[in-house]
Amino acid sequence: MIAELGHYFLILALGLTFIQAIFPLIGASRNDGRIMMMGESAAYGQFFFCLLAFLALTYSYIISDFSVAVVARNSHSLKPLLYKISGVWGNHEGSVLLWVTFLALFGAMVAYFGRNLPKTLQARVLGIQALIGLGFYLFMLLTSNPFDRLVDVPFEGNGLNPLLQDPGLAFHPPFLYLGYVGLSVAFSFAIAALIEGRVDPSWARWVRPWTLLAWVFLTIGITLGSWWAYYELGWGGWWGWDPVENASLMPWLVATALLHSAIVVEKRDTLKSWTILLAIIAFSFSLLGTFIVRSGIITSVHAFATDPERGLFILIFLAFVIGGSFLLFALRSDKLQAGGLFAPISRESGLVLNNLFLSVAAAVVFYGTLHPLISDAVFGIKSSVGAPFFNTIFGFLMIPLVMMMGLSVHFKWKRADIKGISQRLTAIMGISLLAVVMTFYITYGGEIMPAIWLGLGLWLLLSTAQELAGRIKLFKVPLKNSLQRLMHQPRASWGMSLGHFGFSIGLIGIIATSSWSIEAQKVVRIGESIDIGDNTLTLNDVIAVAGPNYSAVRGIITVQEKNGKIYMAYPESRTYVASPMTTTEGAVKTSLAGDFFIVIGEAQNQDNWGIRVYYKPMQIWLWIGASIMVLGGIISLSDRRYRVGSPEGNKTNEGKKVKRKSIGKKNHAH
Amino acid sequence: MLIKRFLPLIIFAGIFVAFMVGLSLNPREIPSALINKPAPEFSLPPLKGDGVGLSSENLNDKDTIIIINFFASWCGPCRVEHPSLNQLSKLAGVKLYGIAYKDDPKNSLSFLANYGNPYAKVGADLKGRNAINWGVTGTPETFFVKDGIIRYQHIGPIHDMQFDTDIMPIINKLRQEVGS
Amino acid sequence: MRYFLFPLILFFLSMNAFAIGVDKDRLNDPLLEARAQQMMKQLRCLVCQNQSIVDSDAGLAEDLRAIVREQVMAGKSDPEIIAFMTSRYGDWVLLMPPFKMTTLFLWLGPFILLLVGGFLVFRYVSMHKSTPEPRPLNADEEKRLNQILKGSHK
Repeated sequence: MIAELGHYFLILALGLTFIQAIFPLIGASRNDGRIMMMGESAAYGQFFFCLLAFLALTYSYIISDFSVAVVARNSHSLKPLLYKISGVWGNHEGSVLLWVTFLALFGAMVAYFGRNLPKTLQARVLGIQALIGLGFYLFMLLTSNPFDRLVDVPFEGNGLNPLLQDPGLAFHPPFLYLGYVGLSVAFSFAIAALIEGRVDPSWARWVRPWTLLAWVFLTIGITLGSWWAYYELGWGGWWGWDPVENASLMPWLVATALLHSAIVVEKRDTLKSWTILLAIIAFSFSLLGTFIVRSGIITSVHAFATDPERGLFILIFLAFVIGGSFLLFALRSDKLQAGGLFAPISRESGLVLNNLFLSVAAAVVFYGTLHPLISDAVFGIKSSVGAPFFNTIFGFLMIPLVMMMGLSVHFKWKRADIKGISQRLTAIMGISLLAVVMTFYITYGGEIMPAIWLGLGLWLLLSTAQELAGRIKLFKVPLKNSLQRLMHQPRASWGMSLGHFGFSIGLIGIIATSSWSIEAQKVVRIGESIDIGDNTLTLNDVIAVAGPNYSAVRGIITVQEKNGKIYMAYPESRTYVASPMTTTEGAVKTSLAGDFFIVIGEAQNQDNWGIRVYYKPMQIWLWIGASIMVLGGIISLSDRRYRVGSPEGNKTNEGKKVKRKSIGKKNHAH
Repeated sequence: MLIKRFLPLIIFAGIFVAFMVGLSLNPREIPSALINKPAPEFSLPPLKGDGVGLSSENLNDKDTIIIINFFASWCGPCRVEHPSLNQLSKLAGVKLYGIAYKDDPKNSLSFLANYGNPYAKVGADLKGRNAINWGVTGTPETFFVKDGIIRYQHIGPIHDMQFDTDIMPIINKLRQEVGS
Repeated sequence: MRYFLFPLILFFLSMNAFAIGVDKDRLNDPLLEARAQQMMKQLRCLVCQNQSIVDSDAGLAEDLRAIVREQVMAGKSDPEIIAFMTSRYGDWVLLMPPFKMTTLFLWLGPFILLLVGGFLVFRYVSMHKSTPEPRPLNADEEKRLNQILKGSHK
């Protein structure tokens, strides 16, 4: 009954989406406020019914209603509640439903928070959101209905892939999807702007918070996924350049570029068609990410739906959305006039360069991911593009990007004084170079590149810190005044500092862990030891433990670090009841200096155990860095300036209003 | 200037075509690099007793289509294709040899006893090293050899329906070459 | 005889059956082992499809690891080992695609994009600076501006 209700709600939501797609667009073109108004109500209604449908499916999972096909295929009555719920989106049908629920949510948010927007703009944004939604509802109802019933109801479900039964992965897809779907708002704004033929600073100011919101979700989603891969897959790896991982990285790179280019539009009223293009591309990559996971066109260890029919549907849908947008862009982007001026050495130029490097990076990931497909289709050659390729290219691209990042935060808007900046940065440059030399010396015999990258990471870290210190006049005015200034920094500039700061910390972690990790493995008996670096691990005992839906062996291991610290670690190897699959639950001992990552493997012979140990220097810096970036995004989102509604107001007034506020703050601090 | 604005659309059109083609490709099928190259040298022990069970000498039969099938008793899909193999072995001008991949000879023997032995000869590739020389990634895989040259490869089990659509055309083509 | 062999076979089986693929015969010489590991990171685990053979439990990956170690021990050079692999599995086995006609765009693309993009950025930026900058405000003017702005803010 509940499942039928869910199906019914889904169809109702589809109907409302039709209304939301048609009337606001008609209303906007006729400039008829009453017709446009229908979009708002439809958006609320669509979200309401879509949410009900989602809850109906969740309910079927919670009560383990195995007469519903997806529940029978993906759930199990013994699963803990958390994984029954996360099972809702742990499969194709459910994840599409989650996707479209989020799309409806963002539509409702645009309806609610966008009340201050010019009416036609808001109506068009809602209409375009609904057009995207239509595709997804039809896709779901025609090819992958989550509410399909089974004629023969099984007594027990198939269970969820044990690898996916993990808190990290339970929350990874929702955040990733919030990010993917969040970019649809920026996309809709871009298309609406193309239809209206107008992009101005206020447009950029409306788009930025939506992009930033999506960016924050994407960052959380990617980080959770990477964290999950790190501790669950048991290889100590956290990024494999797998097509699915790449699919999430591409929108992230483009969204990051979009965040920066929108600043230029807002401040200088230029770079418009490029920004529009980025908004279209960012969401296209989101769709492509969904497509790559679903269609099986590009193989991946993570893909859980391989179905050509669905692939074809998505492909046609992509052709409409992406092809249509690019066509519109080709026809309308000449309407966008460039405005303001700036000097070659200025914050604006820095941001444009940032866009260049980020876009090239996204293009590299994109073409690298597609190359096997293209090589097969064009030359008939099966080929692989894996981690070594991406690491090489990214290792190279990183250098100019990070150098520029460190430099251009010091650039002033419009025109920067390169001489003064280079004087200020001499000390930092010296320290960073010294770090390169020292690192090279310490790791002598190793490669030179890690030393250079580490120096770059440090350069960015220090440069970001110095920029903040300069802004609050640290050591130039009494400390109390500096702190006061710090507290009065606009939240958006907090966002910038924290974003860059987090990036540099994460970068340093990435460099350390991927350059200097060590690994040891050995078959041991109880009482025997394994050495890694100057540290010793001893297997004291192995015991059997029972979990709710698995049985496991747990190793009891003493870790003796070279500095004399001694502690215990308990890695597990789990075998699940529902599927004959073994997962490793590595024991991770984390410190700022590095992680010990210990994995135990089953042996058929009672006395022998396979133990594999990794030492991953500064691994946690990666997660800390990502968290700081997310924090920066959230703080920036809370900036009042984003929420100041400035609907039909004169745009030049608008610009002054913002300026006035920041100067006002400055004066307060004096 | 005009072309610049159309560039994204043009690039997307190219990608779209690649995707359309990609939809019909099977990315999980990895062909051996040895197609149209000489078959590797090998000499494998038989399943039972000593000496040589199967070696590259067996591939040099003039005017015969040699089919090499990699199988294992532990491999489920190999059971699926067994009827097709039985059918293949009965064809004229065709010789079917088997290579037991990483399989305990005892198990291979009982597998063949249970399902019938379509192979003229069987070699035991105990450590799977010979399979690597052929560019095999798993069982079952079937190679079609003529005059010592590997001509075709079938990856995965030969399903009933594939026998007429995939396998017979290959054999007929190779047969025509025999005639000429 | 059979009774004698039985535990031996069992022992052998157990050595192969680790869920986490602990290799029993690593090379004793740490330098050679490091080289072998470096090599293995470049080779794709053919059956798991997106991992290198270092990171895989698959039987085939294990065999390929053993082959890499044997060849490193036998003094084979890196290109020789790569050639051994590609002559059997084609370019598919290489996670780092080789530089050739079919991968031209893959390898040169990033640099071409950087160059073309850099040129466009340069042109864009120089187009935007063409007019002279307005003279910066002097101290008096700045003070007045602040006063005006402050006043209107209140």
